[in-house]
Amino acid sequence: MYLAAEGGHNPILPIWQELVVGTIAFALLVFVLLKFVMPRMEAMYQARVDAIEGGLKRAEAAQAEANQLLEQYRAQLAEVRTEAARIRDDARADAEGIRQDILAKAREESDRIIAAGKEQLVAERTTIVRELRTEVGTLAVDLASKIVGESLADEARRAGTVDRFLDGLESAGAR
Amino acid sequence: MSGQLVVAQDLPWPPSVNDFYPPAVAGPWVTKFTLMVWLAVGLVIIFYMAAYRNPKLVPSKGQWLAESVYGLVRDNITREQMGNAGIRFAPYFTVLFSFILVTNIFSIVPGLQISPNSHIAFPIVLAAISYVLYLAVGIRKHGLVKYLKMTLIMPGVPWPMHFLLVPIEFLQNFINRPVTLALRLFANMFAGHLLLLVFTVGGFVMLSADNLFVQVTSVFSFAMAIVMAFFEALVAVLQAYVFVTLTANYVGTSLAEEH
Repeated sequence: MYLAAEGGHNPILPIWQELVVGTIAFALLVFVLLKFVMPRMEAMYQARVDAIEGGLKRAEAAQAEANQLLEQYRAQLAEVRTEAARIRDDARADAEGIRQDILAKAREESDRIIAAGKEQLVAERTTIVRELRTEVGTLAVDLASKIVGESLADEARRAGTVDRFLDGLESAGAR
Repeated sequence: MSGQLVVAQDLPWPPSVNDFYPPAVAGPWVTKFTLMVWLAVGLVIIFYMAAYRNPKLVPSKGQWLAESVYGLVRDNITREQMGNAGIRFAPYFTVLFSFILVTNIFSIVPGLQISPNSHIAFPIVLAAISYVLYLAVGIRKHGLVKYLKMTLIMPGVPWPMHFLLVPIEFLQNFINRPVTLALRLFANMFAGHLLLLVFTVGGFVMLSADNLFVQVTSVFSFAMAIVMAFFEALVAVLQAYVFVTLTANYVGTSLAEEH
């Protein structure tokens, strides 16, 4: 435009001194910042990302651990409950068993005692009957010999006589 | 009319290209523009050095600010454009972004009020670095021949089309990219400054008119200048973002396995 011609400047054409100054100044800026500032900034950026993500990860890990512990406690609790139930059942079964045992033993014992008593009774009765028989025989024989005056010395005959007499008595009694 | 006003009030009206070329402070090496660039370099270095003198996991305010810029460039620009493989470029892109942002913001800083990037030399330097960077990355990763083939030849196209496509691709990838990169930044800052000039200087020109109505109307001009200053701030951030995003995109395509 005529304006450019007038002042001697065309805004599209660079001033070469400015190119040089711009290059040097910008190069200095880039050098200083890239060397002294930007590496630390990236490192800090990474550190912060690590800190945040690490924190999140740690929180997640803690959460997971807590959940796991909770699960574990629940499992243990359930286990303990089944165990307790089992023990109670066992105890109940044991008690029942013991009761049955005791009852059975008592019944057996009573049966045994009763049987022993009966046996003894029979034995005693037999003994008594035998003794009585002997005694009654002797008494009867003595009495009869006194009355009759006659000695029945013959043992075999005497025993036969008494026995016959007693058998007669018994059959008469049974009748 | 305007010429008369300029004479009367010594105001440079209308704004012209010459407003972008203030007299040198001391020769062509020490001008307002070169000084501003050094100032920007100094500010950015001091800011990052101070913010990262003693970095902590739980950051201080300055460190937080510095890390926000880095995080923006790293995650929202670099990773978005290049994927995780591009993270190693994030530091350079952060420096680039910071430098462009600061120099762009100069356009609305009182006392400076113009961005160094409105002189095309500085955008050219930045675009040239991006250009060399994405070429170097591509050649280093694929080798020269494969990189050229990858860039220029579109897969799955009937072969006669290549007579048309190869020159277009060449223009696109090796000429247009760096030129538009530099021109976009330059033109935005140039136009922004021009707009601010129009409304502020225009306001003063109207204020010094001998017509009361025109003098009162200058209020709108100043109001517009304020609106434009905010707009300029937006453009400053946006252009820094766009420049870095495109650079990341170009480097990303150099790293990519396919066309």
